[in-house]
Amino acid sequence: MRETFSLEMKQIVKQFGSVIANDHVDFNCKPGEVHALLGENGAGKSTIMCMLSGVYRPTSGEIYIHGEKVKIRSPKDATKLGVGMVFQNFRLVQTLTAAENIVLGEKSSFWRGPRWMKNKTEEIDSIAKRFGLAFPVDRPIWQLSVGEQQRVEIVKTLYRGAEFIILDEPTSVLTPGEADQLFLTLEQMKSEGKTVILTTHKMKEVMAAADRISVMRKGRMIHTIDKSDTNEKDLARLMVGSDIAPVEIQGRTRPRGELLLNVENLDVYAEHGRKALNNLNLKVYKGEIVGVAGVAGNGQSELAEVLNGLCTWKKGKITFNGVEIKTASVRGAIEAGISHVPENRMKSGLAGSLGVVDNLLFKSYRSEHRSKYGFLKIKSNREWSQRLVEQFDVKTPGIDAPVRQLSGGNQQKLLFAREIDRKPELMVAVHPTQGLDVGATAGVHRLLNGLRDEGKSVLLISEDLEEVMQLSDRILIIYNGCVVGEMRQEEANRERIGLYMAGIREKEEEAV
Amino acid sequence: MSEQPAAGTVSLDKTASETRRRFSFRFEIDPARKESPWWMTIVSIVLALLACAIFIAANGKNPWLVYEKMFRGAFMSEFGITETLVKAIPLLLCGLGVAIAYRISVWNIGAEGQFVAGAIGATAVTVYLPEMPMSLTIPIMIVFAVVAGGIWGALTALPKVYFQVNELITSLMLNYVALLLLDYLVFDPWKDPKGFNFPGTPMFTDAQMLPVLGDTRLHLGLVFALVIVLIYWFTVKYTRWGYELRLIGANQDAARNAGINIKKHILIVMVISGAVAGIAGMSEVTGVTHRLMYGISPGYGYTAIIVAWIAKLNPFGLVISSVLFGGLIVGGYSVQTMGLPSSISSMIQGAILFFLIAGNMVSKFRLRRNG
Repeated sequence: MRETFSLEMKQIVKQFGSVIANDHVDFNCKPGEVHALLGENGAGKSTIMCMLSGVYRPTSGEIYIHGEKVKIRSPKDATKLGVGMVFQNFRLVQTLTAAENIVLGEKSSFWRGPRWMKNKTEEIDSIAKRFGLAFPVDRPIWQLSVGEQQRVEIVKTLYRGAEFIILDEPTSVLTPGEADQLFLTLEQMKSEGKTVILTTHKMKEVMAAADRISVMRKGRMIHTIDKSDTNEKDLARLMVGSDIAPVEIQGRTRPRGELLLNVENLDVYAEHGRKALNNLNLKVYKGEIVGVAGVAGNGQSELAEVLNGLCTWKKGKITFNGVEIKTASVRGAIEAGISHVPENRMKSGLAGSLGVVDNLLFKSYRSEHRSKYGFLKIKSNREWSQRLVEQFDVKTPGIDAPVRQLSGGNQQKLLFAREIDRKPELMVAVHPTQGLDVGATAGVHRLLNGLRDEGKSVLLISEDLEEVMQLSDRILIIYNGCVVGEMRQEEANRERIGLYMAGIREKEEEAV
Repeated sequence: MSEQPAAGTVSLDKTASETRRRFSFRFEIDPARKESPWWMTIVSIVLALLACAIFIAANGKNPWLVYEKMFRGAFMSEFGITETLVKAIPLLLCGLGVAIAYRISVWNIGAEGQFVAGAIGATAVTVYLPEMPMSLTIPIMIVFAVVAGGIWGALTALPKVYFQVNELITSLMLNYVALLLLDYLVFDPWKDPKGFNFPGTPMFTDAQMLPVLGDTRLHLGLVFALVIVLIYWFTVKYTRWGYELRLIGANQDAARNAGINIKKHILIVMVISGAVAGIAGMSEVTGVTHRLMYGISPGYGYTAIIVAWIAKLNPFGLVISSVLFGGLIVGGYSVQTMGLPSSISSMIQGAILFFLIAGNMVSKFRLRRNG
């Protein structure tokens, strides 16, 4: 065996239904290194790490630890083998103290008196101090900051004797100062011979912390490389893919019209006072599709929420169709003619247990056609639903069938039927083809193009670069809550967009 | 994974994980499944009766005979049926009250307090406006009961909407506030001076009582309850407001996306929920006890939670389940002659809820063949 690798994953395949999340992925680690796993959202980073920590089981493939073949069937197995994972969403009991959370699940001793707890608390405290992970051990979790909670999670893995520590998107919840502190901790872990695996899509962190870097894209392992042999630009190219596939450009059939939506200097704060949108400027003209590309979590969802009245803003001006929008109101957005295809259709777009008719009524039930004097027009609503189902070719067992019985593609068609039937001026479509098969994707693209050809506008927020490049007349790149780049469809290419998405281009421009 | 034994063969490997592999089936939680099938309700009632049979047998009685006697007592005579319906009226009304709140996932367990508040409100009319004809008294009593119950509901809804206070806690605690207020009233200011110190108001006059059917105790409250069932059914199914409730109940996130003000709806629904339970309290004092007295409710508000749950919040299901539970209470009285306590019906009620919840849990599982 090549003893240089302490951990090897060979030809790992993971399938969820018909979706292949990991396609014959090879991954390995050397002892005492910080290994970064880089990739866009949905590239399969978390999936493979979940298999290493026993949350998922691989469909096929082999895992070796110190040259020995192992089977990891549960997180317990993983702990025994020295694998510990810190998840993006922490697994902590809010009402217990930090120390209690750490010893939770330990089966070593039956009697747990105050002295036992005191010893354990001291032990935990000393581990925390050694790795520079200060947090109040005796305080309940809900009183700790997010950064401190993450430290509790890390100490939990260390306390359980983990040799391989997986951190899933560790800095996504941290302030810059906390992130710097975390990187110091990583150094300390490395010096004690621990192996740290860091999944991320942030180039800066990779270059700051990692020794070796593996890049994943669309469920495949693209490349593993030493940090010294690479640079940010190469990595960005690997991450988004440089294979310039001939993108079929679906050009406009008529020129764009006047200004429809104008967003100026918009600031939006998300929970914990995080600044989600930072001085964002955006213009949408009538009769164009504007694509917003970017790595997830850079303000896309907040942008969609603000435009649909779900989220309020601190500073800035939004003008729609010549009228300034003063306050966030969903009703206002609906009445102004903004349609919304939300990110997660079953979470916030459709009500799974209700029938097709009820789901179609969502936004129009207040109108005169659908109800009168507070009573729904049952009969005409049913006829209208039947018409829409036929017009948009939604395959459903009946118009009363609960929509969760429909396939993903048909659910999305239903959602589009509802949103397009309202004759919107602007459609905000967030990841409209996520989880759809090729046929359904093409259908959605046809609908979006159709809207544009009618002189309506579409704001397409998507992580699928190919989709953005194929459909959009203009492409905006969002990074850290700010539009950092803009290009026309003709001048767009993956590489340029990739650099903007990774926040590299912005830095250079600032430097100039 | 080539080392796994084929499904069905017995592996001699003794490690824990390998042992698990021997079975060729496994249970999985179906994430899409939210509701249990309708027959689960019947299965859980049957299982509850079987489980309680063990305890009855342990008391040296033949469970089959006991159940038969309970059924006869509750449903097989005119007296039994009307008594069952008398008990079903407050259960149905309180059940409707909580069901409408549960529809939008507001867990109102304060029907007991709202029931008492309604009873107090109705009695206030007899205390402060004693001399009025029936055609005026009864409608005013309804208004007072609705207002009192509605205020009790609002006391739960306001903190929930404005300060995110958990409604389970406030609605439960307000039950005790209402009960203690009742105690205060019947022990002191409203006590019948000619009542030999009995904690209760004076008997209502004829004009303050609901009309009854023949010489039974079955009163007009049944009509109130059935009318509200129809209104509830019609509202949810055919009105714009009912549609909004269905939407909130099915998916709050989506409802927010459709521009529905959820807080406002919670407030309105809780007031209605309390008001309906208040009508139950009013119909109980004016139709059955004919006075406000200590211990006016034997826990109707709590039993109503089970009633609503068994009916899966369906208005017509509520009619059936409230009659069933009314029958259980009456049946419980009729087995006292066999030397069993009437609390046997509480035991069965509890067991039914227990099996129902377990059934809900179990129906999320599905059996999958390993392979």
